[in-house]
Amino acid sequence: MLKHEYNPHSTSNDDVVTTRLDKLVNFFSNTGPAWARKNSLWPLPFATACCGIELMATGASRYDIGRFGAEAMRFSPRQSDLLICAGRVAIKMMPVLQRIYQQMTEPKWVISMGACASTGGVFDTYAVVQGVDQFLPVDVYVPGCPPRPETLIEGVMAIQRMLDSGELKNSAERGRGLRMVVEPLVQVAVPNSAAELR
Amino acid sequence: MSLDWKQTDIVFVDQPALGAAERLYLPQIWGGMKTTLRHMFKKALRDRTVVQYPEQERPLRVEIYRGVHRLNRDEDGRVACVACFMCETACPAHCIHIEGAESPWADREKYPIKFDIDELRCIYCGMCEEACPVDAIELTPEFKLVGKSREEMIFDKEKLLMVYEQTKNLKPRKDPAITGYPETGHRDRVP
Repeated sequence: MLKHEYNPHSTSNDDVVTTRLDKLVNFFSNTGPAWARKNSLWPLPFATACCGIELMATGASRYDIGRFGAEAMRFSPRQSDLLICAGRVAIKMMPVLQRIYQQMTEPKWVISMGACASTGGVFDTYAVVQGVDQFLPVDVYVPGCPPRPETLIEGVMAIQRMLDSGELKNSAERGRGLRMVVEPLVQVAVPNSAAELR
Repeated sequence: MSLDWKQTDIVFVDQPALGAAERLYLPQIWGGMKTTLRHMFKKALRDRTVVQYPEQERPLRVEIYRGVHRLNRDEDGRVACVACFMCETACPAHCIHIEGAESPWADREKYPIKFDIDELRCIYCGMCEEACPVDAIELTPEFKLVGKSREEMIFDKEKLLMVYEQTKNLKPRKDPAITGYPETGHRDRVP
């Protein structure tokens, strides 16, 4: 074959663009989704108590969580993939939190931030959920009351390490699906059509 | 009781008329922006605000910081705890669980055969350290701790003693005779 003869399937050194593109495609097919997701975690701040203040401090300029690609705090569960549950959760709040978790798109991760969200902390009462992991699949627990921003950054880095180690499965495949579900007793009737609505 | 006031007691104050410079608003805007810009460039140029956390850490007073617990050993290498249950009683979160047993040593009656602390339930208030009569339980300046399950975040006696081995150079045990620390300084100055 002549040196500059066109061959669409050639991978010789002449086809610089083709070989480099091949490497790029290989990079993205091997590490791409994990690499991209790891560096663009979009947290949903479910902040109900003082842990939320530390969460804001983590997002602020001194401990810039944007250095880890997680600065895009989304308050819509459809747009986020990392639920940071910060603060105590009352049992009446739990169905709301579960609804929010179910609305998030796969793959999704949960950080349980602080003593109250992880175990209930000092609030050992009937009204406070003794750990959101009874109702949500928590991936990383961050201790503290509230945790330092550094500790929360360690938690985000732990999620990134989990992504690196190939745990890029959805939460049910990871064995961390919803275990218990609290559904509200009173179901809101959703109309099927505009005629029913009238 | 009725309010006893007369109409003549009320003083009506007119708004001062705006001058030409005030009606222009630009000097006021400049005055406000001057403060904003001063802070902006002070922060951006003079002080580097961001702490590049995993590589760089803020200074920390190692004597007073309340992080992960440890269980001290005494001079003979035995666990210093005497299983008096003072910390378990003082704990507001009820995260300490101790099981005492008869001590094999002559100088004390009891020692703990089990000493579990739920690091997730703990609120790091330091009441256990205050309550301990023999300065056996202490809080270390270690805060870099996250867990993947609740089970691994319950520290037992062996793990708490291991934390002591890891942090005893950074923060030596309190001297029980004076119940205080020698000066160890900030964390970033410790070799």
